[in-house]
Amino acid sequence: MTRRLSMAVLLLAFGTTPGAAEEIGDAARGADLFARQCQACHQIGEGAKNRVGPQLNKIFGRRAGSVEGFTYSRSMARMGADGLTWTLETLDAYLANPKALVSGTRMNYRGMPDPEARAALLAYLRDWSDRPQDIPESEPTARKTDPDLAPEVLALKGDPDYGEYLASECRTCHQADGSDQGIPSVTGWPEEDFVIAMHAYKQKLRPHPVMQMMASRLNDEEIAALAAYFATLK
Amino acid sequence: MKLNRRHFLGTGIAASALLTAPTVWGQAKPKVVVIGGGAGGATAARYLAKDSDGAIEVTLVEANPIYTTCFFSNLYLGGFYDFEKLQHGYDKLAGGGVTVINDMATGVDRAARTVTLAGGQVLPYDRLILSPGIDFKDGSVPGWSLDAAEIMPHAYKAGPQTQLLKKQVEEMPEGGVFAMIAPPNPYRCPPGPYERISMVAHILKTKNPTAKIIIADPKEKFSKQALFEDGWNRHYAGMVEWIGPDFGGGKVEVRPEAMEVVIDGEVTKVACCNVIPGQKAGKIAELAGVTDDSGWAPVHPDSMKSKADENVWVLGDSSAQGDMPKSGFSANSQAKVAAMAIRGELTGSKSFPAKYSNTCWSLIAPDDGVKVGASYEPTPEKIASVESFISEVGEDAALRKATYEESLGWYAGITADMFG
Repeated sequence: MTRRLSMAVLLLAFGTTPGAAEEIGDAARGADLFARQCQACHQIGEGAKNRVGPQLNKIFGRRAGSVEGFTYSRSMARMGADGLTWTLETLDAYLANPKALVSGTRMNYRGMPDPEARAALLAYLRDWSDRPQDIPESEPTARKTDPDLAPEVLALKGDPDYGEYLASECRTCHQADGSDQGIPSVTGWPEEDFVIAMHAYKQKLRPHPVMQMMASRLNDEEIAALAAYFATLK
Repeated sequence: MKLNRRHFLGTGIAASALLTAPTVWGQAKPKVVVIGGGAGGATAARYLAKDSDGAIEVTLVEANPIYTTCFFSNLYLGGFYDFEKLQHGYDKLAGGGVTVINDMATGVDRAARTVTLAGGQVLPYDRLILSPGIDFKDGSVPGWSLDAAEIMPHAYKAGPQTQLLKKQVEEMPEGGVFAMIAPPNPYRCPPGPYERISMVAHILKTKNPTAKIIIADPKEKFSKQALFEDGWNRHYAGMVEWIGPDFGGGKVEVRPEAMEVVIDGEVTKVACCNVIPGQKAGKIAELAGVTDDSGWAPVHPDSMKSKADENVWVLGDSSAQGDMPKSGFSANSQAKVAAMAIRGELTGSKSFPAKYSNTCWSLIAPDDGVKVGASYEPTPEKIASVESFISEVGEDAALRKATYEESLGWYAGITADMFG
């Protein structure tokens, strides 16, 4: 209620039309990006069907891994069950680096590092979430608060000895040999993906409560130490 | 770690002052004796041996050659987990450099720094880790003693007791009453009794749907109460009656021979009675003289070192540390802090600030799992909770199923972490 009200006020104040796309990015550029980078696997728009990837109509506000008739990776299904919902924020994080948000996703896409390009693509996707009349549950279009990590955070070299001790806490659940029996493997991750994933939990972008709690008390050095240690594991 | 140590040896050999430390030098490697091979002791022994690369002689004393985990034993009770899967041997620990002795520790001489075993062996130590779990307080439930455990099992140390309780539940006559005498705080595994009720209810619902369950509880409230009560209403409506202290749940007597339970003067004939008595530290902690009037062993929050003796550590259920629940997860977490601290003292390896954590999963019905957890850090007074979470009432079925599956992953993870 409050949210709707404040949005209405905002729209009046700036005199914009209620087309959400303009507030996110350049939807026309997004359409072009979609055609070049996404269309091989995903359909969107009237009559869109699941192909290699699920159809993307009304993706905003949808629970991850929930398109009927599409078989998701175990990772994506688990993230959906854990509560991951597609919003401007989570989609942006996913597009930036799919495996950092959903480690075992089958989406074989390296990611889109340029925030402006992502904004454009999201504006286009949002258009296909907004266009149908019956989707009042869509998330608000406020620009996301950026989860981007400063280059110096990503560049931190962790102390692997400290990482080894900190990692002992991970091993209560995550098996050292990397086997996945209901709890995902954390070995063999690229160092940077590990750091991004932990910060995503710390900032509560990723939904899992145990991981949010574990990550929340780790500082930048400690996350780097863990990444450094796990990088040494085979 | 290795490098630091080599360096230390290489440069230190000329320094005669160091030669006066006999426990570090020459033939005599420093010795750590660990008593109790559960989540605290097995983990500590494994990490000490693994991380010290043979620089510390680690001996684990555990009475049972095959260990049965108490965690997940409720799932066996409910038919969700095989008994054999609860059982673990120590061969991998032995292969990893831990000397495993299957015997009972019967005494600790803290002045001489020795442990005596039932078989007569005397083990010298530089550091001693006590992780003996729980023992039951005498007279905690009037009418019940360990002698009665064959009739009214406690099933709170996993093994034959757990199998006995399962058999009794399955053989209950149609429409019979299952009673649980719940323990007062503090006790091992706070949600354990209530997960057990869920598992018993699950069996009765399918095999004996007119049976009833009563819980006599001395506590005003219990762990995950809202989640359990919601689950019992959804899955086992009308079957479970919880009698708190306001209704006499704390004024209980049992009569094993007659199979009667007396709650606040009212006698009930029961078909099966699970008595979970009040608890205290495992006996060897008491014999070692590191427990206080509470029956538990106070420890320093930053290391798990006993407050009574600087060469003794107490882990897991037996310790009195502050906010952490008595659980396998907690003991495993504490063991890693202790192993790091002991290694630091004995070999000069780096020590880092203690961090502790815990999560307890409970199963309410098939694919209906919940969890509660927290992270902890030491303060000068105690191990204090920093942040916590708990499952919510009304979560969707997919999340509950994922939580249950996650608990299976946790079991695989922690047992691999304990036993190798």
